Amino acid sequence: MKRLAPKDRERQDPGGVAIAVKDLRVKYGEREILHGISFEIQAGETLVILGGSGSGKSTLLRTLVGLELPSSGEIWMHKKNFAAMTEAERDELRKKLGMSFQSGALFGSMTVGENVSLPLREHTLLDESTIDIVVRLKLDQVGLSGFENYMPAQLSGGMKKRAAIARALAMDPEILFFDEPSAGLDPIIAAGLDELILKLKQAFKMTIVVVTHELASAFLIADRMILLDKGFIVADGTPQELQQSQHPRVRQFLDRRPEPELTGEIDYLQMLTDENPRPRQ
Amino acid sequence: MPLTQTIGAATIDGLAYVGGLARLTAGAARFVFIEPFRGRKLRIGRAIHQGMSVGVEAIPIISLICFFVGLILALQGAYQLRRLGAIHLVAAAVALAITRELGPLMTAIVVIGRSGSAFAAEIGTMKVNEEIDAMETMALEPVHFLVAPKFLAMLIMMPCLTTWADLMGILGGGLFGVTSAGFTWMSYLHATQEALQRHDILTGLVKSVMFGLVITAVGCQEGFSTGLGSEQVGRSTTAAVVKSIFAVVVVDLVFTAIFYFTAPQ
Repeated sequence: MKRLAPKDRERQDPGGVAIAVKDLRVKYGEREILHGISFEIQAGETLVILGGSGSGKSTLLRTLVGLELPSSGEIWMHKKNFAAMTEAERDELRKKLGMSFQSGALFGSMTVGENVSLPLREHTLLDESTIDIVVRLKLDQVGLSGFENYMPAQLSGGMKKRAAIARALAMDPEILFFDEPSAGLDPIIAAGLDELILKLKQAFKMTIVVVTHELASAFLIADRMILLDKGFIVADGTPQELQQSQHPRVRQFLDRRPEPELTGEIDYLQMLTDENPRPRQ
Repeated sequence: MPLTQTIGAATIDGLAYVGGLARLTAGAARFVFIEPFRGRKLRIGRAIHQGMSVGVEAIPIISLICFFVGLILALQGAYQLRRLGAIHLVAAAVALAITRELGPLMTAIVVIGRSGSAFAAEIGTMKVNEEIDAMETMALEPVHFLVAPKFLAMLIMMPCLTTWADLMGILGGGLFGVTSAGFTWMSYLHATQEALQRHDILTGLVKSVMFGLVITAVGCQEGFSTGLGSEQVGRSTTAAVVKSIFAVVVVDLVFTAIFYFTAPQ
């Protein structure tokens, strides 16, 4: 029987690098979204990727989990370049990653329990009773005990996200990715999800990567933050460092100031014609 | 854009689309015929579920349509045959037209409307809801999970449905034969049996299998290529139906030509 957590499983050393991104470029067709960004995520760290709409933060997350392929650059995980792997190697590594999507992305034709048990059924040889126990345990961890037999359509928005997190946790991932965890939720439910992320971080010492534009949530959960703007990293540091940053883009984002209107002819023409704009300093 | 360039671009797009269909079909075939022997589960439960929906639930509508088509064929055939004093050939005309052509074709049209569109809508909705992305991040292959069971269900159900459709078409023709052409049910069925050769039925069934593969591939491909937003699901569903009908007619033409030129004289 394949064990859920084999002894020889390579856990990253505390303080080691979980993910190293080097000069990552991603294109959709001819349009480059990420313009050669580099950063590292330490094992056990919670990294929040901040950025406005169109900043490339969701593309970055999708690239980190292998849903988009970079046009150039490297993504190192487990001493292997994720960007240059075969599909089979990538699938093997994906079993160690968990991803919670913005919409939850639960399979609508399956119950919550079946959703959570799916990766276990597909990737392990655990027997039914063990799978049932793991499913109950994972649902309990996210506060959804007793909801095994509910269909996703019967759950509220917050419960769907919790169920999706339970599914992402099913294989005991080493790195957990969240895409906009509190998007579309009321402040109380969103705060509950922040609490859950903090609980996962403290209880399991997981490496967590969160993409969001919710500032309150970001400052609560982050050990470190990256601010993306038009496909470039404009700030990388602890929440305190970002708070104290005087970088105009960081200040604009954190102080929630709108984009200044383009009044000059030259600025306007540049905005219309510049396909690859540099971030404004 | 110059005309030659437009034609070139359209040709490349068309070939890329056909290439995509072939790739999807080959992927599904691998998960049905090869991977189970390498220890990967064949999703029998889902295939049975699909088989029920594609095949069993389509029986009433296919029965009705093919019965009427058989009746129409008999009426149209008899209109000409009566002038030639050969109305007794109506059973043979209906039997050949139904088994060689209209049984498989009408079955395919009904299956496109019921299942090809449903495949595109199901996969398209999953795409919009990020469920396909979720599958990939869980190292589950969408082709294994979604396409292979549909492929297997179609492979089994299309010849079964076509056989049933052939029978209903012949019965439809028989109704005319018995009521208006001087046949008894026994003599009509006997005349049908006399007219039909095994080759006629087999070519129809081979075509039905090919139609099933095309419908699955086009329906799933359109689902996977659904863009962002729920209105795109509607677009994919419509495209699946239109492209499937076109593809089925092309495949029909190709196979009918092959059978014609390779048939024993």
